[in-house]
Amino acid sequence: MIPLLLTLFLPLICSILLLFIPRGNNQAIKIISLVFSVITFLVSVVLYLSFDNSHNGFQFIINTVWVKSLDAGFRIGLDGMSLMLVMLTTFISPIALIASFDAIKKREKEYYIMYMLLQFGMTGVFVALDLFLFYIFWEIILIPMYFIIGLWGGKNRIYAAVKFFIFTVVGSLFMLVAIVWLGYYIGNDVLVKSPQILLQNPELMKFYPDLSSSTSNLLLPTFTTNFLLIREASILIPLEIQKWLFLAFALSFCIKVPLFPLHTWLADAHTEAPTPGSVILAGVLLKMGTYGLIRFNLDLFPNASFEYASIISWLAVIGIVYGALVAMVQTDVKRLVAFSSVSHLGFVVLGIFSMTDEGIQGAIIQMINHGLSTGMLFLCVGILYERRHTREIVEFGGLARVMPAFTAMFAIAMLASVGLPGLNGFIGEYLTLLGAFKSTVLNSYIYTIIGATGVIFAACYLLFMFQKVMFGEITNPLNKNLPDISRREWVALVPIVIFIVWIGVYPKTFLSISETSTRSLVNKLDNLREGKPLESLPIIKEAKLDDNDYDKLDYELLRFDILCRNGYLVHH
Amino acid sequence: MQEWIFSSPLILISAFAIIAMMLIVFTGNRNAPVMYFSLISLVITAIASAYTMFIPQETIKSATSVDSIFANMLLYGSYSAFFDVIFCLAGILTILASRNYLHQEEYEHKEYYVLILFAITGMIFISHSNNLLMLFIGIETMSIAFYILAGYFRFEERSVESALKYFLLGAFATGFLVYGMALIYGACGTLDLSLINSKVLSGDIHQLYLLIGLGLVIIGLAFKVAAFPFHLWAPDVYEGAPTPITGFMSTAGKSAALIAFIIISKNTINLNSIIPEIAKASETLIFIVAVISASTMLVGNIVALVQKNVKRMLAYSSIAHAGYLLMGVVANNPRGWAGIVFYATIYLFMQIGAFIIIGLIEKKSFKYLNLSDYSGLSKHYPLLSGLMALFMFSLAGIPPMAGFFGKYYLFVAAIEANYLWLTVVAVISSIISMYFYIGLIIYMYFNEPNEDIPSVKTGLSGISLAIAGFGILFFGIFPGLLIDFATKLF
Repeated sequence: MIPLLLTLFLPLICSILLLFIPRGNNQAIKIISLVFSVITFLVSVVLYLSFDNSHNGFQFIINTVWVKSLDAGFRIGLDGMSLMLVMLTTFISPIALIASFDAIKKREKEYYIMYMLLQFGMTGVFVALDLFLFYIFWEIILIPMYFIIGLWGGKNRIYAAVKFFIFTVVGSLFMLVAIVWLGYYIGNDVLVKSPQILLQNPELMKFYPDLSSSTSNLLLPTFTTNFLLIREASILIPLEIQKWLFLAFALSFCIKVPLFPLHTWLADAHTEAPTPGSVILAGVLLKMGTYGLIRFNLDLFPNASFEYASIISWLAVIGIVYGALVAMVQTDVKRLVAFSSVSHLGFVVLGIFSMTDEGIQGAIIQMINHGLSTGMLFLCVGILYERRHTREIVEFGGLARVMPAFTAMFAIAMLASVGLPGLNGFIGEYLTLLGAFKSTVLNSYIYTIIGATGVIFAACYLLFMFQKVMFGEITNPLNKNLPDISRREWVALVPIVIFIVWIGVYPKTFLSISETSTRSLVNKLDNLREGKPLESLPIIKEAKLDDNDYDKLDYELLRFDILCRNGYLVHH
Repeated sequence: MQEWIFSSPLILISAFAIIAMMLIVFTGNRNAPVMYFSLISLVITAIASAYTMFIPQETIKSATSVDSIFANMLLYGSYSAFFDVIFCLAGILTILASRNYLHQEEYEHKEYYVLILFAITGMIFISHSNNLLMLFIGIETMSIAFYILAGYFRFEERSVESALKYFLLGAFATGFLVYGMALIYGACGTLDLSLINSKVLSGDIHQLYLLIGLGLVIIGLAFKVAAFPFHLWAPDVYEGAPTPITGFMSTAGKSAALIAFIIISKNTINLNSIIPEIAKASETLIFIVAVISASTMLVGNIVALVQKNVKRMLAYSSIAHAGYLLMGVVANNPRGWAGIVFYATIYLFMQIGAFIIIGLIEKKSFKYLNLSDYSGLSKHYPLLSGLMALFMFSLAGIPPMAGFFGKYYLFVAAIEANYLWLTVVAVISSIISMYFYIGLIIYMYFNEPNEDIPSVKTGLSGISLAIAGFGILFFGIFPGLLIDFATKLF
């Protein structure tokens, strides 16, 4: 529990600490933030080591009452998927921080405060087990990111910052309405009709110490944002309502991903943000969207997910091809990488909505991959930009002659992004496409066929760009004396390369982390579709067999009974 | 005897206001004594109200029901007392910020502080009223003080215009209010709200008159909270009034009108009445308030988008906030009222805070009030612009600032009352409002500074700003403390 709290709060503590360091003391500010960031990473490694892979369900759960009358709590915990993303956050953050040392030249104090606040928000999103808390973390991120783009960005930064802000807020406010509606419906309808969902589930009752299984229904919460309770109860929400809730959540997440046609903010935000901002944006922020799709849309509204899977998958496939095609005609390297994100995230969404083991596992590993390889690409673009203050492809050419080490690094990132077997990108793309191919929900090969073309396009635009920038004669005299990678840049790039190769060669290390939680989600979805009783829900399985055994069996029968009575299982 | 203790906030504030007025005569040229006296009297009143707030309702009921000294004209304890604290707090923040402001305007008079005390007296009477007559007296006492305060700069054209406009329209709205009360009296035969409540329950009333009467009262109160379509006075008045007073009027004044809304709707609107006509009429009335609420937030936020003057922009935003607050009246359940209590408290911090900063930057005769005057302010005044950004984010409702929790709670209340559409409208108007709130931040942070930067002397206003900023962050991180407490008040 302590490591989880530390992972979450160390960045916040750091950002408060920075407030008290006098302006102009830049060296101290940089060192403190780096130290905190690295310690956070080390703590998250401890978290990984003490995480039990075979355990299926949430671990390190912390539950504190926050607003009693709304049943909102400070509830956090980790399962395999969130652990992976937390690790990604704590890993990318120090690296982008090192990149900040070169990229940020003004108002440094404010920058590092914002930066650590951003890390706090991102970690929070991945660990929150309460919708209210989740929403707060989701929105906390807005403020630092808005300032990072708006204050330290490029020429068009104000436009990009406002666009980023408004797009995100539009989505998230509708999600807020959905959260409130969900909390209201669970409390006023579902729990009133079937209180046994809460009262006879020993794992959930741990969250409500003042309730006992004989408590009168009147004392049950009338409003709740407890994720675990909602997850148990939400299948009893009628499909019509589920559909609306699904859409409201999906809108918010799809804007963040971003899914075609909601992607327009991304290119501007990426192009205008400073290098570390882009790295964080591509590396972690976009993953919040895909994480939300798995955690909330699939898990809370499974029935609605089946309905909308094909529409969203179509959008994902269009995004894959469209992003690639648009990337092909970009003249600005950073914009090109930004559009490649649209394409790569399409694979992730396709994998998620295939609702198969392979698809979701692939999606999770692809989130990590994209964070690493695109993050590294942005770092490389940043290195170029700092030396030449331009990102236009035509300005470069023949850099391989003056910057051989840089060329090698760039090549690794680029090939990982293309999906070369042996590097990480291949694993993710292969798994998601396989998942979409096998999927019974999508039930068509067309998604895989079109999606696979994205891999070819990726090879086209990235290789062409690489060729134009790196090979040939040095045409521009300004490029003749460019220095190669500095020591600091090595420090930022090498760790990423290690993981790129590691995932590419032996992905099992990473796949096994999220394996159990993915399997239990897919089992739940499969069982719902096939009309089996939902015995495999992790939280119930987790209950230790003891005296309560008899009650537990009873509970499962009850649950099956409730589902049948509400018409969820009969027609299958 | 107990009743004297329960009514101590009312007695104290009235006495202090009158003493302060007499003090003017004896203090000669010095302004400080009156100011400090007003501050101290507000603190004492707040403490007295806080004390009565914690007296259990049963004790109060049993002590007052038998032959009460004030003939059941007054309510004691719980939410009434809580609102007293809010009003006193608003007064304290305003007075602290005023001294500096009046100095820089070279316009300090002792009457200013006394008028604030009188306005608060009126508000406290509103929140304690259990009788339409008391309610009316409270509203008038408050309004008259406000009319004078709005025209405080009596040599400035804008200020005089603002006072005149406020007075004429306000008097007109008061007419509606009194006429409405008269009709309610006609329908029920009493002005005592608890009697009206029981008569509405039993159906022993003339329904048509009651409905028309309530409609007229709603119009009168909607004017006081500046709700659409009775909001037109607000921008001009808020612009012309001294800036700290604008903050005061738009928070405490608005909260006072809202508590009047709560008191009236609690006693006269009954959705579960056994008599179908009354239930139906109640539904209609609630629906009308919902429409007013929805259109108020939309109009306020949309018009605020195009404002170039910061004071006017925040004036329109305060109209929009009246719309959000009315959601609690629409919900018409304890959750909604508690939501109003919470939001009114937070709104006080953020709105007064924002107006204090505007007052600091503003210079004599309405200078430095344009958005462009705020360009690059963060370079010269990092702390001040940091606070302003905090207030703006809170007004926009971005967590973890407390403004968000207020909205969230009101959304919950409205959805529980089956007003999903109202919540969706509120969300849409919030999105619209983001644009101008972050617009000010763009000016302060992202634009290059002007050559001509106003000099700022903080003085006592710093205390107000610190309290406001702390309140927003504290209740943002621990909203439960206030929300759970407010829920118990109803």
